Amino acid sequence: MTQTNPTPASPRRGVPAWVQVIVWAILFGLLALVAFGLRNAQQGTVQVGDTIPGFSLTLFDGYQYQDKSTVSLADFKGKVVVINFWASWCKPCEEEAAELEAVWRANQANGNVIFLGVDYTDTEPEARGYLTKFDISYPNGPDLGTRISQMFRIKGVPETYFIDENGVLKYIQIGPFASSAEIQRVIDQLLND
Amino acid sequence: MKRILTITIFTLFLALAFASVAFAQQSGPTDDDVNAIAKQLFCPVCENTPLDVCPTQACAQWRALIKEKLAAGWSEQQIKDYFVTQYGARVLSEPPRTGLNWLVYIVPPVVFIIGAVILYRGLVSMRKPAAMTVAESAPATKNESAEDYMKRVEEELKKRN
Repeated sequence: MTQTNPTPASPRRGVPAWVQVIVWAILFGLLALVAFGLRNAQQGTVQVGDTIPGFSLTLFDGYQYQDKSTVSLADFKGKVVVINFWASWCKPCEEEAAELEAVWRANQANGNVIFLGVDYTDTEPEARGYLTKFDISYPNGPDLGTRISQMFRIKGVPETYFIDENGVLKYIQIGPFASSAEIQRVIDQLLND
Repeated sequence: MKRILTITIFTLFLALAFASVAFAQQSGPTDDDVNAIAKQLFCPVCENTPLDVCPTQACAQWRALIKEKLAAGWSEQQIKDYFVTQYGARVLSEPPRTGLNWLVYIVPPVVFIIGAVILYRGLVSMRKPAAMTVAESAPATKNESAEDYMKRVEEELKKRN
């Protein structure tokens, strides 16, 4: 007579459910972060038609706007604002520096256009040398912590953004302007709109 | 005697002059001092390039700035803080331990530990069934003592005789 011992049902031993939940939650969280980062990276600059959020810029010593050494976008409400991102190490910036200054001087008396220079990742002595070299007189300041350039999501320098009287972005110039007439044309369009 | 004294004084003067030149050359921050800080910083213009090996003009300006600050007596931390203020925290090779940056420090070890636990449990579950099979197939007599076994053998022999 053969006796068969019933084999005990071995309990299924796997990773506990709570561990699985945590692992999947971490995995999805990381994927979401990567997706968010990729989306930001591929987003490009701010788009024409976007309302530009407020920001402030501390100007270089010797530069002022209405006796203020720190300006904010709200100060320019009702004016066409031309924001030029530049750096002293940027050779293409030099190509348009004199043109920008010439157009600024031509429009300064009207009072309805303001130019703002934002110095991107630069060192102050070299930046000052650049401003002196091109005799730039419109308000200029360093982009401390690259906060403004990150807000505009610039891809390099020079880049110039034209904002209308209502704070809406109307035109973007990537790279240097070829002539002062080109800059003036964009301004005239915005003033006539 | 007078001649020897003159030569000695002249030699001493020359030695002092060379020593002062050598000292002047060594007193300023060296390229190694600059690079020790520069390698902890990244160029925000050309991404993923440490400042000490970055060939752009912007990086050359920043290395000159580090040298200038070192010469002015700034500490390494003061210089790094200055760069963060000027260009943002992204210039640091090690992100500051604040906010979401903590993920950079926490996630890799946590993922490693979870992976190790899963691997360990997987290996244990692979070994257990094999161990159980061996235990089940072993003869029942294995656990009884040699004395009992001999008793049983003798009883069996007696029965046969």
